[in-house]
Amino acid sequence: MISVLLQKRLKSASGDMQLDVVFEIQKGQLVTLYGKSGAGKTTIFRILAGLLNPDQGKIIVNDIFWLDTEKKINVPPQKRKIGFVFQEYALFPNMTVLENLNFALGKNKDDGFVKELVEIVDLGDLQFRKPDTLSGGQKQRVALARALVQKPEILMLDEPLSALDFEIRNKLQQYILQVHREFNLTTILISHDISEIIKMSDYLIELDHGKIIKQGLPTKVLTHNKVSGKFQLHGEILAMVNQDFIFIITVLIGKEIIKVVADADESKKLNIGDKVIIASKAFNPIIYKID
Amino acid sequence: MDWSPLILTFKLALITTLLLLVISIPLAYWLAYTKSRIKPVIETLVSMPLVLPPTVLGFYMLIAFSPSNAFGNWLDEWFGLRFVFSFEGLVLASIFYSLPFMVHPIQSGFNNLSTSLKDAAYVMGKSKFTTLFKVLLPNIRPSLLTGIILAFAHTIGEFGVVLMIGGNISGKTKVASIAIYDEVETLNYDVANMYSLILFGITFMILLFVYLVNGGYLKRFWQ
Repeated sequence: MISVLLQKRLKSASGDMQLDVVFEIQKGQLVTLYGKSGAGKTTIFRILAGLLNPDQGKIIVNDIFWLDTEKKINVPPQKRKIGFVFQEYALFPNMTVLENLNFALGKNKDDGFVKELVEIVDLGDLQFRKPDTLSGGQKQRVALARALVQKPEILMLDEPLSALDFEIRNKLQQYILQVHREFNLTTILISHDISEIIKMSDYLIELDHGKIIKQGLPTKVLTHNKVSGKFQLHGEILAMVNQDFIFIITVLIGKEIIKVVADADESKKLNIGDKVIIASKAFNPIIYKID
Repeated sequence: MDWSPLILTFKLALITTLLLLVISIPLAYWLAYTKSRIKPVIETLVSMPLVLPPTVLGFYMLIAFSPSNAFGNWLDEWFGLRFVFSFEGLVLASIFYSLPFMVHPIQSGFNNLSTSLKDAAYVMGKSKFTTLFKVLLPNIRPSLLTGIILAFAHTIGEFGVVLMIGGNISGKTKVASIAIYDEVETLNYDVANMYSLILFGITFMILLFVYLVNGGYLKRFWQ
């Protein structure tokens, strides 16, 4: 289990902000940090990894203190058994894919696990290429494999998929879930994407201005417990068209577009770009096979 | 024609550049990553030779290292080092004089490198030393090359500081730039012209080489 208590005064573009969070993460869970940019997610990550020091705080991982500002304990990042996947991949441009992985492994160690990882994330053909020649999705697979080379206890992914298109994103989500389960990791993810959060995470922590505003099961946190439909689809409003008394609202769900009817009262609360849930209770779906 | 001024010039430039590289990598690293409050002061000191007349630097070094002064005397007695009117003095003066030309490119190389490279190496358990030599330096090769070449070429071109602290001792401190001045004074325009042409040619080639390498022209040519 990971217990975290952090306080830090941050200077941001919109003035000073006090980061003040307390949370726990159960072993083996996949937890997502969610919130607007500037809410303090990446700062929390950097403090967890030991790359940044808080003003005050404690980090206890499986009964071992990584950080205790009162007792002046601060384990350096080198000793924190963390796998970190950076938003911009951070692959070493001077090394090939395989060299990146072997560098993470260190000298004189068995490279059997590296070979295994290369298999798992399908890097076979890319091993001898330099990172600059890879696509975003390929780079992210290398970054994921590299973060796992040292068999970390905690895997941290800072918006790993935000720059990728839908299909590659889907595939990488599968890779992440696969390694999370296979290596029995405790994984912490930063994500903005609601469908990604619901698909992947066991637990969700929502942040705003450096504070935790909600935490719990992802579906509950995101829906505010108001809906209990049988069908729930998460999407984003693309367009709203007023037709006499009703509004036709176009919603993007995954890569499908769905049109929904809403009355004037309902649509007052909605705006283009809002994240929404489409739910239905009395509903009889029919399934057709597609050939 | 006496070749010794040219040989001396390139010997001076080579030794200065090597020593500068050793000094500038840690200094540029510190300047790029420190949050210390004295950073602006150090940055200013490093950049001073860019704007200060070389004679000012030479003058104060001459005063400081003169054996008739306490500091110069102490160096002479304890280490047998005499920096005034000696080749060692030229090297020391050149190091100060060319310092910004080596430090600035390396420092901006570090600054332009994404900090996540450094962070990624630390999280992998790599020490600062390993990270510097295996990750940071190999990825700022163009900056290192620029620094090396600029420091080398600039040392070839220095005049005032060398004249102040080194004087004009043939075979010992008389470098090409001073020899040219010397020959012009005695109206030996032919010899001055030879020295000048050689310096012009060599510095042109050196700088052209840097632009070709850093611009990726050589790579394209080989492929």
